[in-house]
Amino acid sequence: MAVLVFTENWDGKFKKATFELASFASEISKLYNSECYAVTFGSTNDGELASLGKFGVKKAFEIKNKKYQNFNAQSYSAAIVELIEKLSVKTVIFPNNYSGRSIAPRVSVKLKAGFAPGVTSMPVSIDPFIIRRKVYSGKAFADIELKTDIKLISLNQNAFKLVENAVEIQVEEFMPTINDTDFKLETKEVMKNKGKLPITDAEILVSGGRGMKGPEKWGILEELAEVLHAGTSCSRPVSDLGWRPSEEHVGQTGKVVSPNLYIAVGISGAIQHLAGVNSSKNIVAINTDPEAPIFEAADYGIVGDAFEVVPKLTQAIKSFKEQK
Amino acid sequence: MRILVCISHVPDTTAKISFTDDKLEYKKDDIQFIIGPYEELSLTRALELKETVGNITITAINVGFSDTEPTLRKALAIGADDAIRINADPKDAYFVAKQIAEAVKNESFDIVLTGKESINYNGAQVSEMLAEFLQIPSITSASKVEISGDKAIVEREIDGGKEQIETSFPFVASGQKGIAFEPRIPNMRGIMMARKKPLKVIEPVECEELTTITMHELPPPKAACKMVDADNVEELVHLLHDEAKII
Ligand SMILES: Cc1cc2nc3c(=O)[nH]c(=O)nc-3n(C[C@H](O)[C@H](O)[C@H](O)COP(=O)(O)OP(=O)(O)OC[C@H]3O[C@@H](n4cnc5c(N)ncnc54)[C@H](O)[C@@H]3O)c2cc1C
Ligand SMILES: Nc1ncnc2c1ncn2[C@@H]1O[C@H](COP(=O)(O)O)[C@@H](O)[C@H]1O
Repeated sequence: MAVLVFTENWDGKFKKATFELASFASEISKLYNSECYAVTFGSTNDGELASLGKFGVKKAFEIKNKKYQNFNAQSYSAAIVELIEKLSVKTVIFPNNYSGRSIAPRVSVKLKAGFAPGVTSMPVSIDPFIIRRKVYSGKAFADIELKTDIKLISLNQNAFKLVENAVEIQVEEFMPTINDTDFKLETKEVMKNKGKLPITDAEILVSGGRGMKGPEKWGILEELAEVLHAGTSCSRPVSDLGWRPSEEHVGQTGKVVSPNLYIAVGISGAIQHLAGVNSSKNIVAINTDPEAPIFEAADYGIVGDAFEVVPKLTQAIKSFKEQK
Repeated sequence: MRILVCISHVPDTTAKISFTDDKLEYKKDDIQFIIGPYEELSLTRALELKETVGNITITAINVGFSDTEPTLRKALAIGADDAIRINADPKDAYFVAKQIAEAVKNESFDIVLTGKESINYNGAQVSEMLAEFLQIPSITSASKVEISGDKAIVEREIDGGKEQIETSFPFVASGQKGIAFEPRIPNMRGIMMARKKPLKVIEPVECEELTTITMHELPPPKAACKMVDADNVEELVHLLHDEAKII
């Protein structure tokens, strides 16, 4: 009943989300009294794979072959299936991000294995296997039963806490069978948003809406973000108007984020916006309009003008942090 | 060249969701249905390609009962050339992908477009499952699709950046923001023409059931928002420290 977790590395390094996945996978393996394994594509930095042992992973497989240097759902899913079969794995955990969303459905078809995407917590029961996931853009939950012998799950970021559970870990290279028909994509160029944390990774986000009036007004949000070590994001009109880069657009048609704190400034709180932020642990709203729907979704609110409130808040946080 | 666009029939983005007493399904009365916003963008891109590259026909396909036909007709009114409806309840993504794969495996589509995800089940599964059934390459979350001779250039979003990928035909891409910008609105002429365009109805094939939904639930009501006076932002700082334990 072994569990396998797909651990993605970025230039040889894991992120916190990877350790959340490993924690979740090893908690599931405990339910079955079985082992937890991990697989990663591309070489990792020294000691990186071994760090998974801290979260209960007994064996980590590294696929170093240069053919797997660039992401390809077809070849990656074939390699994972080979590993699932070799290790008699029964449950596979993926991240619910671009990569997980590309690979897991293919594994599902290859193995006729039921797949639950967008899971936020441990299974409701393991026999039958029922697990809860978000549906309708976060407006509801569904309990989904996976009726197949092999089960696939993708876990939302920042939904599961790190659980330390140090074990002795073995690291091995895995060499999948190469099937040329799986390599029809050619990656021409990889463009990274340099120096910036993807908004989906930020623990705190300071987000601005049309109420901010114009791109030149973003300085006060950036200053607030700086004292909080936060990222910045925005509503859709703000990115459509070109005030902010499109990768900062949050919501139904943009990115879904789940930070510990989301500060919405001058954002009305349209339902399509909330679809992107409703898994945030805490929401603070700053808005001149006491009737703005954002206050229904928020935990803390201030009715007031952003241009007065935000600088004061920045100052107050600065003083608070200095006193500590 | 032929482009297939997979269209889901989903509740309007502003719809309030509630469930039937057995918690198995959502209540469909009073809900307005739309073409999923992402595949609406994919359809828009297909039309742009038709206009710029030329010699392209666009087929819209949906798995659903006859109540979804207005949604397919809307796709025709916007500019798809013909449509296929597979007459079945779209039980889960595996079922939908299998039905579409069976329906099109002997047709020669060069590009298959879906949305990044349907906004009801949000599984983002159909496109990759379909690609796997058809044994062709795939790119999820495509923010650009260009045709360049006998290849296509597709841009895909990755964590913290973008990737430019070259692929041969056929391939599947799931569209997101960027693949096109403004979805098109059908005009009167389009609506008139849509009535005459072919809409073929086919019956589903057998398909194993891998998953079932045992119940739905709405999130618990949220506690009321704690209001802090604009002249006392220090209080917010303390709440964030003592209560929310964030700073
Ligand atoms: C299919 C579809 C998909 C969509 N997807 C998304 C999406 O992904 N993300 C998204 O964000 N939107 C999305 N939208 C748009 C959404 O419906 C709203 O139009 C949008 O979220 C509004 O953005 P906003 O809150 O910035 O602007 P507005 O609604 O204009 O709100 C501005 C707010 O700022 C406040 N304000 C004004 N001045 C000040 C001040 N000085 N200080 C403080 N507050 C002030 C106002 O009271 C108001 O509440 C979508 C719409 C559709 C139809
Ligand atoms: N019933 C359906 N009929 C046709 N296409 C669908 C259907 N459901 C989903 N799709 C397509 O698959 C994409 C991803 O859906 P999902 O996997 O449900 O998130 C959607 O954006 C649509 O393009």
